Amino acid sequence: MPTFNLKINNKTHTVEADMDTPLMWVLRDHLNLVGTKYGCGIGQCGACTIHLDGNAMRSCLVQVSQAEGMNITTIEGLSEHGDHPVQKAWKAIDVPQCGYCQAGQIMTAAAFLDKNPEPTESQIRNAMHGNICRCASYNSIEEAVKVASKNLS
Amino acid sequence: MRPSKTTTFSRRAFLKSSALASGGMIIGFNLFNACKSEVELPIDLSQLNYNDFNAFIKISEEGKVTIFSPNPEIGQGVKTSMPMIIAEELEVAWGDVHVVQAPLDTKNYTRQMAGGSQSIRHGWEALRQTGATAKQMLVNAAAARWQVEASECTVKEGVISNSKGETLGYGDVVLEAAVLEVPEDVTLKDPKDFKIIGQGKGNVDIDKIITGKPLYGLDYKAEGMLYAAVLRPPAFGQVLESFDDSGARILPGVVDVITIGEKLRAYNDSGKKNWSMQMSSSDKVVVIGKTTWDAMKGLKAIKAHWKIESELESTEDHDKVLFDLLDGDSLKTRRSDGDINKAFAEADAVLERVYEAPFLPHNCLEPMNFYANVTPEKVHLVGPIQTPASAQKVVSELLERDIEDVHVEMTRMGGGFGRRLYGDFVYEAAEISNAVKKPIKMVSSRAHDMTTGVYRPATKYKIAASIKDGKLTGYHLKEACINGNMYGLIPNFFPAAAIENYQVDSANYKSNITTGAWRAPYTNFLASAEQSFFDELAEVLKIDRVRLHMDLLEKAKNNPEPNIEYSPERLQGVLKLVVEKSNWGNTKPGVYQGLSVYYCHNTHVAEVADITMENGVPNVVKVTCAVDCGIVVNPLGAMNQIKGGVLDGIGHAMYSDFGFNNGVPQSNNFNTFQLIRIGQTPKVDVHFIESNIDPTGLGEPTLPPVGAAVANAIYKATGKRLRKQPYMNNMNVSEKVLG
Ligand code: FES
Ligand code: FES
Repeated sequence: MPTFNLKINNKTHTVEADMDTPLMWVLRDHLNLVGTKYGCGIGQCGACTIHLDGNAMRSCLVQVSQAEGMNITTIEGLSEHGDHPVQKAWKAIDVPQCGYCQAGQIMTAAAFLDKNPEPTESQIRNAMHGNICRCASYNSIEEAVKVASKNLS
Repeated sequence: MRPSKTTTFSRRAFLKSSALASGGMIIGFNLFNACKSEVELPIDLSQLNYNDFNAFIKISEEGKVTIFSPNPEIGQGVKTSMPMIIAEELEVAWGDVHVVQAPLDTKNYTRQMAGGSQSIRHGWEALRQTGATAKQMLVNAAAARWQVEASECTVKEGVISNSKGETLGYGDVVLEAAVLEVPEDVTLKDPKDFKIIGQGKGNVDIDKIITGKPLYGLDYKAEGMLYAAVLRPPAFGQVLESFDDSGARILPGVVDVITIGEKLRAYNDSGKKNWSMQMSSSDKVVVIGKTTWDAMKGLKAIKAHWKIESELESTEDHDKVLFDLLDGDSLKTRRSDGDINKAFAEADAVLERVYEAPFLPHNCLEPMNFYANVTPEKVHLVGPIQTPASAQKVVSELLERDIEDVHVEMTRMGGGFGRRLYGDFVYEAAEISNAVKKPIKMVSSRAHDMTTGVYRPATKYKIAASIKDGKLTGYHLKEACINGNMYGLIPNFFPAAAIENYQVDSANYKSNITTGAWRAPYTNFLASAEQSFFDELAEVLKIDRVRLHMDLLEKAKNNPEPNIEYSPERLQGVLKLVVEKSNWGNTKPGVYQGLSVYYCHNTHVAEVADITMENGVPNVVKVTCAVDCGIVVNPLGAMNQIKGGVLDGIGHAMYSDFGFNNGVPQSNNFNTFQLIRIGQTPKVDVHFIESNIDPTGLGEPTLPPVGAAVANAIYKATGKRLRKQPYMNNMNVSEKVLG
């Protein structure tokens, strides 16, 4: 099996995997970074969202071979102490219900606010549209993105 | 006022205390059963067992309180609200309370189940008693040391004071308290003195969730664990005939390919089967891989041949049989008041309508999965299951093992919605590990999770009302459903006792498609049907919709009928509140409102949906929701559940469809099965009825009514009555806008 060097959360990891292995499973099963969740495997739910060079991407759609040389950030590396403004807002609003989708929601929101720190309500709704929350915590997600945006600006 | 239904907690020896070897005091208690008198509490924390107690409170010599609870968390917030209740009566600051998901061995650990919004309702009284008893013991210990009467002492945030102004912290007296007699009679606080209950408290797992720590079954790992993917028949009615695994075996990540099914079949045929769902008798092909991806990739490389064992059913077949049942003579009467035949015979007008809903998968965002390690010594099972005790029992019988050898551990669950009441995935995991003699984790792909599920059954209702001299005289509801029918209490919901001649009949068709409980079973669609019907009825009777409901509830109040489940007063209460808060009838131009009022799962709810039309498409912009759930333990958690229930209800009523073609489910992932997304969600505005009545659950009751609120609003906007879900599939575009 080929080996790949991956730069994840500012650390380099060497993994052995089939070229076509989705980055999501490499993170979860090979590297034990299980904060990135499996929800659909086809790019529809956003539970597996990570940052590749600062852009929110679906790690279930990225093959491990494509991720070499890129800066990969997972929920575990979003901040050192769980205190990224988006994480803080999620805690302040108490967004999670079952919580399973929330790492993906946070990663989507963090990348979005990084590019657009003062979004309008409809921009927030558009940005978060790709992330399913089966528990439908959507009202709180919207509010938390607004709170995070305030804290950023 | 008619009392709300509650289970009364009978005083009994449900609690024990002792000193811990490591210092501090431990109290074990059982929420559901009396403890046996010979039961001893462990003196070492590593030995806490949950056979006789189902939770423990530890008070350290520093006065810190730790609650050990193995209660499963599926998103209902019970892991937060249960300790809140204990902390309230124990009189400690919430900040000094730490909740630990108990070491999870659940040997003989019964009654641990999160379903039916029951956890809070059943635990309320026992949790309060536990907190109050522990407090009393600490106070008694302090009083003994001071040589004063316990009644002279007061407690604030874990500090005991006497009338002389001396103080002792809980930590100072734990060792003495631990060996005192457990007091029989303790006084509970007056709800108006609550300091923690009624305050919003965040999810206790929040830090782990937002930083991606392992919490869920899918995150669980053990030394030497392999991954298992299971190939189940693609169609209901098919079984495995043969397969070719050569393509899978050559893959480097594939460790083994096996079949399972024999044990399950033997158990099924033995007649002692212990599960509440029907299960396929087919053999299944299992690919064991080094990683989840290896197993899933291997599964795709299996060439399987399937043969037909029983009929391959399609949605058209279901439609036909259900319509036939509604008009046939196999209906069974579930409740009958007065004389419905006479009322309809004498009527000068009859309103009759049919309402239809499809099957629905649960689609928990965390797909079904379970860890199993079957060794000669023990059977170790870990994962997200709502019914660990029954999983333990079935696995012990399936593998012919002593029940004592089977240990089930629960993880946090990525959603439940009823799906994880069924243990099929636990049995599969156990059978696989038993066959390969290795620790494995069975992981379902999304496609398998969705296409081999336990569905909300497709259902049709026919509702008829008889009208004489402009008055409602009779109400007749018929239910036709796949596999099962509404449970026994539902016929006693509204409008039972509100209409003189009243009858509920039901019939079902036995299908090979697996069906089961789905968030708010039966009422999840029944409420839509009934509350849409009342909207039409008010129009036909030319009575204001709110007036009609208030009058009917008034009749129920005056009807001394003991066998009704709801409280007419409390339904009137939420109706009045929603009318006031939603600005009912006074909206801006272009905004249309629909109303729905419903009781289920012991909670009374009224909802008003505000919609606008955008390019002919309805857009729900706001839902006002009035809730009577008794005392609100944790408003933050309650809000989350109420809003989630409303939005989930809108999503499934509007968008989610699930049909079958020759036994094959017609959606297998979120590209074809629509779940509600953020852009489709309204703001949910929640109002509680202030109450001192014991709390009732919130996981389910706000979901059922919202479908009708939306449908009734769409009618006002378009003049079109929607009676078939999902509504968006059944809105003919050309009819959408009246102008
Ligand atoms: S798992 Fe990647 S989008 Fe759903
Ligand atoms: S919180 Fe459960 S899926 Fe979002």
